[in-house]
Amino acid sequence: MSRFLLPLIPVAVALIFWGMAAAERRAVGNVAHLGFFRRNGAALSVYLLGAVGLWILLLIVLPQLYMVEFSFRPRLPPSEMGGPKDAYTLANYSYLIFGRPGDPEGYNKLHLGIFLRTIVASIFVTMLNFAICYPIAFFMAKVAKGGQMRLMVLALIVPFWVNEILRAFAFRILFSSSGVFNTLLLASGLVDAPVDFLRSDIALYAGLSYAYLLLMIFPLYNAIEAMDSNQIEAARDLGAPWWHIHLFVVMPYAKPGIAAGCTMVFMLTAGALAAPQVLGGPSSLWFTQVVYNWFYQAFNWNLGAAYAFALLIACIIFVMVVLRLFKVSLGEIAR
Amino acid sequence: MTSKGIFRFFIGFYLLLFFGYLFGPLLIMGATAFNNSSYPQLWPWEGGTLDWFVKLANDQAMLRGIGNSLLVGLGVICLAVPIGLAGAIVMTQIYWRARGLYYLVVVSPLLTPGVIIGISTVLFWRQLLGADHPLYSGYFMTILGQATFISAYCMLIFLSRLQRFDRAQEEAALDLGASNLQFFWQVLLPFLRPAVFSAAVLAFLSSFENYNTTTFTILARTTLTTELAGRVRQGSNPSLSALALLIITITLIGAILYEIYKRREDRREKDRAAVAAAAEAEGEPAIIAA
Amino acid sequence: MSADVELDHVTIAFGNFIAVNDASLKINNGEFFSFLGPSGCGKTTILRTVSGFLEPTKGAVRIGGRDMSGIGPNKRPTALIFQNLALFPLMTVAENIAYGLRVRGMGRTERRRKAEHLLNMIALSDQGGKMVAELSGGQKQRVAIARALAVEPQVLLLDEPLSALDLKLRQHMRNELRAIQQRVGITFIYITHDQGEALTMSDRIAVMNEGVIQQVGDAKSIYDRPATSFVASFVGENNSLIGKVVQVDGAYAQIKTQMGNVTGRNLQDIRIGESAVAFIRPEKLTQHAAANQNRLQTTVKSIAFEGNLSHVYLVGPGHRHLTMTVGRETPLPEAGADIGLHAAIDDTLILPMGKLASGETGQ
Repeated sequence: MSRFLLPLIPVAVALIFWGMAAAERRAVGNVAHLGFFRRNGAALSVYLLGAVGLWILLLIVLPQLYMVEFSFRPRLPPSEMGGPKDAYTLANYSYLIFGRPGDPEGYNKLHLGIFLRTIVASIFVTMLNFAICYPIAFFMAKVAKGGQMRLMVLALIVPFWVNEILRAFAFRILFSSSGVFNTLLLASGLVDAPVDFLRSDIALYAGLSYAYLLLMIFPLYNAIEAMDSNQIEAARDLGAPWWHIHLFVVMPYAKPGIAAGCTMVFMLTAGALAAPQVLGGPSSLWFTQVVYNWFYQAFNWNLGAAYAFALLIACIIFVMVVLRLFKVSLGEIAR
Repeated sequence: MTSKGIFRFFIGFYLLLFFGYLFGPLLIMGATAFNNSSYPQLWPWEGGTLDWFVKLANDQAMLRGIGNSLLVGLGVICLAVPIGLAGAIVMTQIYWRARGLYYLVVVSPLLTPGVIIGISTVLFWRQLLGADHPLYSGYFMTILGQATFISAYCMLIFLSRLQRFDRAQEEAALDLGASNLQFFWQVLLPFLRPAVFSAAVLAFLSSFENYNTTTFTILARTTLTTELAGRVRQGSNPSLSALALLIITITLIGAILYEIYKRREDRREKDRAAVAAAAEAEGEPAIIAA
Repeated sequence: MSADVELDHVTIAFGNFIAVNDASLKINNGEFFSFLGPSGCGKTTILRTVSGFLEPTKGAVRIGGRDMSGIGPNKRPTALIFQNLALFPLMTVAENIAYGLRVRGMGRTERRRKAEHLLNMIALSDQGGKMVAELSGGQKQRVAIARALAVEPQVLLLDEPLSALDLKLRQHMRNELRAIQQRVGITFIYITHDQGEALTMSDRIAVMNEGVIQQVGDAKSIYDRPATSFVASFVGENNSLIGKVVQVDGAYAQIKTQMGNVTGRNLQDIRIGESAVAFIRPEKLTQHAAANQNRLQTTVKSIAFEGNLSHVYLVGPGHRHLTMTVGRETPLPEAGADIGLHAAIDDTLILPMGKLASGETGQ
């Protein structure tokens, strides 16, 4: 079935865009004057359409759609594929919620717990990230001068070209039982036995916050930078205390930037794999690790796909709800 | 101390803390590369050594990983830079009604967790090609998977450069008789050259350090990151620190070179403006006589 | 080489908005022709249609008798000088000038020779190696002209090329442009909203408003015999008095206005009962009574002294504002004085009611 549907999707997408173009032409007239091909010439048109078409269809849309479709099918040995058992089913998703049929608990306590923890911890990390980055972004946007500014940008970027794994590894050196912190604590006599930072997830949260700092700072910086400094001056002239200025003048203005930064950090934190694998405690898993295990330990790709899709949907829903709550539209953050 | 002085003190203190957080872990990790102890640690210091670098240089699996990473990185440049460029140009031409949807679609890979991009790429292409197809390989899958979102980075770089492109230049070139292709090669691409360069560097570095997507798409092979991940999970040893130190050093040198280049560019621009100002002051000669 | 340009019932629409409505005219070979009008009047649209960036919705553009439909801008015998010049910032001055030759496949040495010749012409002979960013505004202007002339177009199109320059340079460049046009002898089509530019440089001018060509003629006829109330109010200063036609007498018509009855020449065959506007140039108003004159009772509001001449601002019944311009030798009235103004009926023009140019335009 899917083999027949698949080739139809590019046609459908092309039709949608063609329809939108036609609708626009009807509403506001032929604004482009020269059509796409006439404007770019044949060779360039083929390159542009080919590259973008390849990207959108073969790399972005179809793989995602296929993953969704895949997650609704049972795992079968190759001989039974396409057979009577190869029918759409919700079994993979119901496994995430209810666990194995006949489970005494009635629901999948382990995986749901990990799922919830991943979301809640990601929220926590996002908020921590915002708290850390806001002063820096404000400083860069409104206080720092040209040369100082460029140096800061450079200093911000350089650590992020270091491998994700190695960055996590650096935190492991700091936090492991014979790591720097424990050596210091033991030597100073503050503790008698090494503190298990890994098991208590402190190392994980520190590493996760570190991992996406850059993605928080730059949207914040862009938003605050665009703000007229006179607004801050005016508020200061009116005698507003500094915290009031930030809370009621700068932050409302920078809302789209805050939303963009938080969205990105949240999505990427929830989807992180490197830091949890390196820094996570042995008993507590990140949800992506569960997905990984379905793929590479249980080799149940269908179930893994369902889990991955569930995570994606949950993240998107959560982001949408928060954006709605803060009255920021998706278009605003996409600037 | 005045209130401004206190404010400054706090800002300075905070900046110090922040950059301490940013660089501290990396510096400590770098230092452990020189400690002659089998576990990466700063304390106790068991004597300085360069053994870990030697060990790293002889680590075949690691070297193979680096080789694969380079290969994949080059592949990603070849795919993501042209795609990003096309994506950005199409963005500037697309009907405005479709623009929002288009933007959302092409930027979505940046928000999608890398794990999911990796999984969906492997699933889709395995279905499309069949598991025995020669193209269904770790290299090809990783290049495709990474290009999915790295193209979006490249597109954003090109878009910001294109925003400063004067559309009249396109019309001027055509008006002077250039074909679309001549305009593209002789006017647009030279203008975009810095962006092409940035996009290529960014694409390579993003590819080189990527883990989440790669770990799913690399299949039977390894890249540097997946190799590293395996090592780190098994237990650490200071040759990893040595590797990290090398990477940091290389990027720092790159960053410094880039900064020098940037300053030189700025100076050149300033010089040109000065020449123009001088010409402005000179006034206009009559050209009728010539 | 040169060619005439013909617009044959050209209509250009953007959706429901009609930018140019049924424009027909013929620009002669070797002529300096200007399109003059306020911004948004459709003049730039016409220029872009001639150069090939737009296709007419209806009608045809012909250059040298050849229909241009379906021929792209890179295939037309025209060259355009852009409002912002659109020089290529990454090429040197000489490379800019030779670009059109390069895309035509001309050899490097010949290209250089030709570029040097043009650099000579624009008095930048030793500056071919400079970057565009190193030039002054006027130099950039000249490079843009040389770049367009390098391809030896039959028609040169200029889209308000002087608007970015300061006043003094603008006046200098007017003379230069006119001189260049006479030297190369090709057709120039010049777009401007500055009537000073249009009047001083052009052989003929088309005045446009809201997509419609109002009048085509040389500077003198446009100034002296405007065909529509828009042209009368847009080109030069003019006093306008709105009223209804009460009498038509051969070549003259009389209208009833708030300031009394006014008689003037009737060039447009206006009929009794129609709405009409009487136009009197400020320099045609005097305080001296004579035969065959209109008389207007006014109060002096203020006086602006400008050296060789003075503007007297007046107000009449119904709060009609008038301006009188007088020379040095004429004694000026006192502010606040009630004075009678006179204008010969031959200096008064009666035109059918139509759109008036709003506000002050040009110098």
